[in-house]
Amino acid sequence: MNSISSVELSHPIKTEGRRICGRSPQKSKTWSSAMNWVAMTMLTGDRAKYIGLIFAISFSSFLITQQASIFAGLMNRTRSQILDVTDADVWVMDPATQYVDEVYALKDSDLGRVRGVPGVKWAVPFFKGQPRAKAPDGKFRVAILLGLDDGSLTGAPEPRRMILGNIESLRDPDAVLIDLAGYHFFFPGQPLVAGKTLEMNDHRAKIVGIVDASPPFTTFPVLYTRYSQALNYVGRERTRLSFILVKAAPAVSKEELTQRIQAATGLKAATSREFGWMTIVYYLIHTGIPINFGLTVGIAMIVGTVVAGQTFYLFTLENLKQFGALKAMGTTNRRLVGMILLQALVVGAVGYAIGMGLAAVFFIVARTEATRAIVLLWQVMAGTGVVVLFIVMVASLLSIRKVLVLEPAMVFRG
Amino acid sequence: MSTAVSCRGITKWFGEGGARVQALRGLDLDIGMGELAMLVGPSGCGKTTLISIIAGLLDPSEGDLEVLGTRSKDLSPEEQILFRRKNLGFVFQQFNLLPTLTAAENVAVPLFVAGFPRRPAIEQASELLDGLGLGGHLSHLPSQLSGGQQQRVAIARALIHDPRLVVCDEPTSALDAKTGHKVMELFAEVAVRPDRALIVVTHDRRIFDFADVITHMEDGRAIREERKRGSGRAFEAGASTNAPDQFLIERTL
Repeated sequence: MNSISSVELSHPIKTEGRRICGRSPQKSKTWSSAMNWVAMTMLTGDRAKYIGLIFAISFSSFLITQQASIFAGLMNRTRSQILDVTDADVWVMDPATQYVDEVYALKDSDLGRVRGVPGVKWAVPFFKGQPRAKAPDGKFRVAILLGLDDGSLTGAPEPRRMILGNIESLRDPDAVLIDLAGYHFFFPGQPLVAGKTLEMNDHRAKIVGIVDASPPFTTFPVLYTRYSQALNYVGRERTRLSFILVKAAPAVSKEELTQRIQAATGLKAATSREFGWMTIVYYLIHTGIPINFGLTVGIAMIVGTVVAGQTFYLFTLENLKQFGALKAMGTTNRRLVGMILLQALVVGAVGYAIGMGLAAVFFIVARTEATRAIVLLWQVMAGTGVVVLFIVMVASLLSIRKVLVLEPAMVFRG
Repeated sequence: MSTAVSCRGITKWFGEGGARVQALRGLDLDIGMGELAMLVGPSGCGKTTLISIIAGLLDPSEGDLEVLGTRSKDLSPEEQILFRRKNLGFVFQQFNLLPTLTAAENVAVPLFVAGFPRRPAIEQASELLDGLGLGGHLSHLPSQLSGGQQQRVAIARALIHDPRLVVCDEPTSALDAKTGHKVMELFAEVAVRPDRALIVVTHDRRIFDFADVITHMEDGRAIREERKRGSGRAFEAGASTNAPDQFLIERTL
């Protein structure tokens, strides 16, 4: 296909007896490839505009990805404590509960009522509070304290997430587990060892293990202890039962069980997944976070679309004579549209790749204890890809229209 | 000699309503195969409109047009594009070379458009440019070439696919007199063939010598035709003897 045919042109061009055009190359089956190459040469030949286009798309895709990933990471953090409880299926709570961080305690008798619901394999109490913890050197901070059922330690982190010590150590007197970030806050620069102590509500808390807990939205240290001991750390309240963690019997689905519990007790029940989303939705509705991030993402989209669109349009305008000449020479509208779309897609792909690279570098460079678990999500990358595709398509629309309505006869107008 | 272009009663209107303008007024024209025909006349007389119609880039409002034995009315828009791709070559006033392609690549563009693969098309274009004396400039961009060299590249581009009709719009107007003359010499040398017709729109009286037939236009009509004796068809009637020396037959249309 790519070889020169030996077939002579019927009328070879001659000058001074020399034939200067004698052989005809065979037609390509992939006839568009040479024109695609022309399109690419047109695109990359104008370096300034090409770089401008790439920059606009890169900037947009970087900003969209970075902001959306941070947003998603922050929102995911709001349900960290829910996600970290892997051994229960259903969370039971006060009917007015809106999200995990603000709870109204249940009555102790509610635990028995839940246990009595058909389909409940087991149900255990779970405490969540925010006492103030103080290190021996006087440094203090509000902490997220999770009280686990004394008998089963249900709600404890998975064993694989233990960095130091083990979960069974929680049965020791005054024992607490602390997350890594909390340990670094209270004991900066010190080696990870068990035995260090904190003080909460005039009670001693002895660190028996360090956990790789999911980072909470508030970045507070996370402490695990037994349910009975948690009471001492937060002070006396008549009721202290934040949540009841429930495991569904083998034949009962989580969703069905939540309905049964709600019907039988009048309490709110939600699967871990549902409760996680309840919490995220609460933050979405009641905080300015989505507006803030949404604005940035929106601006990135607008800037990307406008800059890319304008630059691409200018690029087309400057090449209008050339497009007209191609049209005059017999290039179809379909082929010209294909060339423009190819140019747009290449700009989009290169810009997107650079943007993703920048975002990846950002998340590596900016990784600290405070930003842990805020990562470049594949879902965000995929979503940004769709947005970039939208941007380049919109950007190329004006150019396509201009070329479609272009009269090839314009090439004869000076 | 067969007819390359036959125009009968070609009329062209632009715009609508009060802004309607008539660019061509029932124009008749014949150009034979093997002829280098020039269309001359003042600005706005309809020359550009006429070659646009002949080249199939514009449709006439009225009249019959036959190009290379094919009635333009018989072709669908798609067939017109294919017809143009195969049979027509163009040389533009401002050359209209793709600024990001080299000289050889620019010449190869009609072959790309026709579906030929890149490498052999460029090889063939290089061969042609070499024959036109631009062998040392194959990889130069248009911006690295002089006006005369650019026009030679444009001529090569117009001829690379061996068209049967070449349409040139003011091919020398962007060139100085000497370069323009050289370009026309080259053009006459490599482009004129018995099985090909050339139509040149020009204001440039200095290149009239190269024409076989000159059609003078005014106000959308062909008003006079001058023809070199023996260069084309003999006229049956209306011949006059007051033509310039080289144009021995003249008739008023």
